[in-house]
Amino acid sequence: MELTELRTEPFVLNVGPHHPSTHGVFRMKVTLDGEVVVDVEPMFGYLHRGIEKLAEGRTYTQNIPLTDRLDYLASMTDNWAYVLSVEKLAGIPVPERAEYLRVIVGEMMRISSHLLATGFLINELGAFFTPLMYMYREREKILDLFDMLCGQRLTYNYMRVGGVSHDAPPEFWPAVKRFIQEMPSYIDEYEQLISGNEIVLARTKGVGVLSRDLAINSSASGPFLRASGVDWDLRRDDTYSIYNRFKFDIPVGAAGDVYDRYMCRVQEMRQSCRIVAQALEGIPKGEVRTPAPHLIRPPVGEVYGHIEAPRGELGFYLVSDNSIAPYRFHVRPSTLINLTTLRDLTIGWKLADLIVIFGSVDVVLGEIDR
Amino acid sequence: MTVALWGKGVADEISKRIPGSVASSDDNNVVVSGDMLFAVAEFLKTSEFAMDYLANLTSVDYLDYFEIVYHLVSLKRNHRITLKTRVYDREKPAVASVVPLWRGADLQEREVYDLMGIAFEGHPNLKRIFLWNGYPGHPLRRDYL
Repeated sequence: MELTELRTEPFVLNVGPHHPSTHGVFRMKVTLDGEVVVDVEPMFGYLHRGIEKLAEGRTYTQNIPLTDRLDYLASMTDNWAYVLSVEKLAGIPVPERAEYLRVIVGEMMRISSHLLATGFLINELGAFFTPLMYMYREREKILDLFDMLCGQRLTYNYMRVGGVSHDAPPEFWPAVKRFIQEMPSYIDEYEQLISGNEIVLARTKGVGVLSRDLAINSSASGPFLRASGVDWDLRRDDTYSIYNRFKFDIPVGAAGDVYDRYMCRVQEMRQSCRIVAQALEGIPKGEVRTPAPHLIRPPVGEVYGHIEAPRGELGFYLVSDNSIAPYRFHVRPSTLINLTTLRDLTIGWKLADLIVIFGSVDVVLGEIDR
Repeated sequence: MTVALWGKGVADEISKRIPGSVASSDDNNVVVSGDMLFAVAEFLKTSEFAMDYLANLTSVDYLDYFEIVYHLVSLKRNHRITLKTRVYDREKPAVASVVPLWRGADLQEREVYDLMGIAFEGHPNLKRIFLWNGYPGHPLRRDYL
């Protein structure tokens, strides 16, 4: 009997919910034929806390700390998307200095988030924790800077409706300047270690390709969308806050594979450094918070506010009935929607590639399950 | 900057092509009747509006009716419109699925089905997404306590 005539039985393997490569409590029901993936079914809900329901019983201000618990690796941008939506709904202005502070912390958050995304991707490729520790080194500096601003390292609760909670302390400014000057050379260091590495190239080039049309059709967003060659970034295309004042490029991939997603994130970190440097030059003096009432009663209406968070389009759909709590509070979860095409990306690849492709989507379960 | 299309203008265009489908419209929104939702969505996607990107899909319970909200964007022309439809049946609410048009609706419709209890006819894999089978009720409804 020839080897090709050997019949193999497909079998079902549960990856997760407790598995280091699922970045939290995510479960994939994988059907395998030998080592080859035949079917993948993502299973959600292990971290479902009912945040949308919870928010309907809390005031607009009380909901800000809840948003920290969504995408816990990028809490600043979660805060930002929410307060931006409430400001739109209630018509509350934001002082200049607060807008600059928001841009500075938002872009630093993007760098920190992309550092982890890239680091864990390399981890999953088999470079066990050494490259990741290099990236933790820089992330630590960003967390220290955030600690100066708001006393927290993970759940910041820094933004307020109409501004930010505090102005930065004097020691913040020299530290952030030094960090932004040093950061590009650190990125060079990562690129030297990773970008041309033969194993990385072999495992990521042409793996998990998402075509341009499917990316748009499946509502992908963020670096995941741009790696597929779609030039779409909300900071430029639906500009918010003061992004129209800064010069920056939007890195776009071509192949839509794992390598391009990695490359987009690395290039975005460089652009974020550029934006922070410009914001540090232009920041004016003044107030950081418009005096807004503690109990905000927006007029009857609805709003959909969205920003370009590190992982994609993060939106808040709020409905107000002129009471102190939102009538409906919906979060548009960027990473849940990015996972729509997980099955298309992974079928036909080996189990080890599935882990890498899933890692390249860069998910955070707090935002997926809410 | 994404241009927000004038809701009444879009509603006129839709009425011209699919008469009787628009229930109401204002500056930002177009509300269409439930049974013609799919035809309207298809028109918005394939016509010169070129709404190729479904940014967000969600639902609101207004007690008298459920409202399903679609935030549509055209990446090609950089404009957007909010499309809505209303379902008045509280016992067995159902509306057509838009997954054949936008794959991005897949998980979002499952979420609405799970938490608001609205069925999407024609969805390829309509089952609960966060809560388990047999969970009593749909938590995001306003009468769920």
